[in-house]
Amino acid sequence: MARITKQERRVSIILAALKLFSEKGFYITTIPDIAKKVGMSVGNFYNYFTSKDALAKELIMYISEYLGKSIREINDKDIPTEEKIYEIVSMYFNMADERPEMIEYFLRVYLSNREVFEDGCEGMLCVSAFVTEMMMFFDNGVERGELHNQDFFSAFGLFMGYLGGMVFLFGEKILPEPLEWYKESISQNIYNALKTR
Amino acid sequence: MHSKQDKKPSIIWFQGLTCNGNTHSFLNLENLKNLLDKFEILSHPSLPSTQNFNTVLSCTLECDIFIFEGAYDPLMKRNDTLVSKIVEYYAKSTKHIIALGSCASFGGLFKASAPDRNSGLLFNEQEKSGPLLKYESKVINISGCPIHPEWLAYTLHMIAKGREVEINKLHRPIELYSTLAHHGCTRNEYFEWKVDADDFGEKEGCLYYKQGCRAPMTHSSCNKILWNEVSSKTRVGTPCFGCTEPDFPRQNLFATKTNMSIPEDVPIGIAKRSYLTMAGIAKTFHIKRLEGKLIDYKTAD
Repeated sequence: MARITKQERRVSIILAALKLFSEKGFYITTIPDIAKKVGMSVGNFYNYFTSKDALAKELIMYISEYLGKSIREINDKDIPTEEKIYEIVSMYFNMADERPEMIEYFLRVYLSNREVFEDGCEGMLCVSAFVTEMMMFFDNGVERGELHNQDFFSAFGLFMGYLGGMVFLFGEKILPEPLEWYKESISQNIYNALKTR
Repeated sequence: MHSKQDKKPSIIWFQGLTCNGNTHSFLNLENLKNLLDKFEILSHPSLPSTQNFNTVLSCTLECDIFIFEGAYDPLMKRNDTLVSKIVEYYAKSTKHIIALGSCASFGGLFKASAPDRNSGLLFNEQEKSGPLLKYESKVINISGCPIHPEWLAYTLHMIAKGREVEINKLHRPIELYSTLAHHGCTRNEYFEWKVDADDFGEKEGCLYYKQGCRAPMTHSSCNKILWNEVSSKTRVGTPCFGCTEPDFPRQNLFATKTNMSIPEDVPIGIAKRSYLTMAGIAKTFHIKRLEGKLIDYKTAD
């Protein structure tokens, strides 16, 4: 049987911690909980991460890079901005559906426990991969003449705030329909709000 | 028998469509006399010359260096003689051709006013399709609006010493144009940490984000060889307009073109994605020393 590499072990800790943090909450989850889920000793856990806070920062970077990579694949396509919006919405909702712990962690841990991320994860430091890719998306949209040239955060907030809000409602089981059902209308709303006037 | 004096390289400085800016700038050269002593000035619009202008127009003279200032207009006449005829004659017979200023180099302002008619001697903006194509090996472009007098002095000294002036693809001397206007800018620390200047003329802040500064995209040595030996545009709080580049003049020189707050152009040779990543991270940090007036900052001691 192939031996598990240190990197694979590291990823398995990240995935287990993501689930536990997003389901139980950051403060309630303990390192022994995580170690148990991965099937390792608490002592061994510290060979991979020095503390729970350090792991928390690693997780947000993992999510940011995952999102950034997915958006980059869309950015690299030679398709109209309207279609890119649909693809980003789809990607985000699929992720919320298939790997809800990723978005849950972002919304319920990263955004709700800022004190954990104050030192070393402030500002863009841990979400740079994701935000940079959104900058590339907006820059390209304006350059193509398809998006209205406005302040970045006004546009970013409209786009990501909307998606985050919908996923939150979905997580709270308030939405009467599955996320898939909203893709088309939400993409259209975002495009209508951002398109060239 | 020729005396040593007779062996000085000779210069004809001829003007096409020009505002005279390069002539004026050149007259500010710190050691102008020392330089002029090394050359025989056959003709110059402002300096004492050994030949009169009509003799120059008669196309019977020979010179070692033909300096052309201003844009090339194929229909322009000087005293009833077509400039095209004069340029052709001297281009053929001279050893070195210096296209002086951005108009002579790439078309510049006068090309912007009549793009289908006017051009530089060798280039139409970036495109090498000017009237002196067949003499291209002789052409040295010294772009700038205006040129720094030292840039011309350097080039003339090299020629006088019989040394080769190495040039780049745009025929500009590598020694002068391999650096960016950004190099040596006193605001570099503000650029590194992404601290904007609030206004023009301030000592603090970087002019790249809002005020239209093109220094990170402009090849020149403005912050290395200082103007009047003491200053530069960016040092006094005015953005670099990118006046040495083939696309000069651009529109809205005092404003940075942005797409959703993101600079349309990023420093040369850096991928936009990489730049945005670095800029976003740098912007995260707030450095008190760089946020206020420099003279107000109190050090720990």
